Amino acid sequence: MSLPRIVITGVGLTSPNGNSLAEYRGNLLAGVARISRTEIRYMGPLLAGVCTFDPLRYQKKKELRVGTRAGSIGIYCAREALADAGLTAEHLVKDRTGVFVGITEHGNVETENEIYAISKFGYDTKFWSHYHNPRTVANNPAGEISLSLGTTGPAYTIGAACAAGNMGLIHATQLLRLGEVDFAVCGGVSESIHTFGIYAGFKSQNALAHHEDPNRASRPFDKGRNGIVISEGGALYTLERLDDALRRGAKIYAEIAGYCVNSDASDYVLPNPTRQAECVRTALQRAAMSPADVHIVSTHATATPMGDIQECEAIRAVFGEGCPETWVNNTKSFIGHAMGAAGALELAGNLPSFSDLVVHPTINVDDLDPQCALPGLVLNQPRKVARVDTILNNSFGMLGINSTLIVRRYVG
Amino acid sequence: MTQDEVKKIVLDIIADIAPDEDLSQLKPDVRLRDQMQLDSMDFLDIVMELRKRHGIEVPEADYLKLATLDSCGEYLAPKFTALAAKG
Repeated sequence: MSLPRIVITGVGLTSPNGNSLAEYRGNLLAGVARISRTEIRYMGPLLAGVCTFDPLRYQKKKELRVGTRAGSIGIYCAREALADAGLTAEHLVKDRTGVFVGITEHGNVETENEIYAISKFGYDTKFWSHYHNPRTVANNPAGEISLSLGTTGPAYTIGAACAAGNMGLIHATQLLRLGEVDFAVCGGVSESIHTFGIYAGFKSQNALAHHEDPNRASRPFDKGRNGIVISEGGALYTLERLDDALRRGAKIYAEIAGYCVNSDASDYVLPNPTRQAECVRTALQRAAMSPADVHIVSTHATATPMGDIQECEAIRAVFGEGCPETWVNNTKSFIGHAMGAAGALELAGNLPSFSDLVVHPTINVDDLDPQCALPGLVLNQPRKVARVDTILNNSFGMLGINSTLIVRRYVG
Repeated sequence: MTQDEVKKIVLDIIADIAPDEDLSQLKPDVRLRDQMQLDSMDFLDIVMELRKRHGIEVPEADYLKLATLDSCGEYLAPKFTALAAKG
């Protein structure tokens, strides 16, 4: 069965080090991380990747008051993606447009805020906001985007822990192929820095990064890595069937080549390299590619001592030594772990490699952990390479969810 | 507390819950909903903020009494006065 070809035609993003693809990419090539120390309720100043986009660019003050940070990030990214695709909301066929947003979690921020608010009133629940439910329903970020764009097709989130960013694109691809929608806004968002619970959870798990220089704290593959830097952010894409994109003369960033989502079924938090490798292999098989066809492997590695080693084991098992043109990098070293947005942001940071043939590095590697010493690791400095035709993006999450997305240079 | 003072309190709350609106032309005797974008959730915000900021309770049966600024003044002024008397 021949499935319709799906292409990426627009990118909108906000990351701690950039509010557009151009700014973000520029900083990835210039080695500019942007992590700050911010006050976390009950915990004090902790490291966070904070986004600085202007929410009033696309929202009214009242919408900001009523909605959520995740919704706001989503609206900014969706509007930016549409603009990048040469479209406005008015161009969209409302009931044929879908919004699919990956999230690690949603609602913790808003529930914590309400509990804090009623704590000022002796925990009397009559002070609990009537906005709590619309703010915390799991579809909130996608719903806020559909409200903003006025789209009436399906709009929902995909909860997939930290594998979620890829999942937004994968799900959009599936629904475009099924003919359920004709146009999709998809990717992932996160507001996680605004919940103390995620910080406290990682802290209790001994998985929260610490370093006196915030920009040196997220250091995947380095021997001195000590955990995760939590970030907020978002990256949403416009996806279309190739024939539709060609018909309207759209700019094409990349074509979806293959993907896989699977489950470890082995532990709540510990990754499983065997299942991760299976996920990557299946995605390659579906893309009709061999490992040597991949030119960039964008790793998930979060800078936890064990997680990085296990992902490297999976990548080594698939790519081994026989892939001289396969380069490996990691974006979290610049922006921290943007949770539900991570996979979508990490793909975005690598997309320009199709045109500039430069692989952005993994920074903050002063002393490479031998167990993470993969062939082709691009360390600390960008690398000009001969070919970038294929990017493989890994995103893995708790409860053992793995996602791999492969995109290729569009060739007509 | 005078009705004018109460109306000022309500207006301050409305300014916070409808920050994009120009409230300078609000007519005190016309329904708030007819003069500005104010949905039922916004209306509940007024009730909630009266409770949070001033300890004033407005039972659901009395919501209609908050329809205009004037009616807010009439309805709420005795409540504010009673609350002040309680100390």
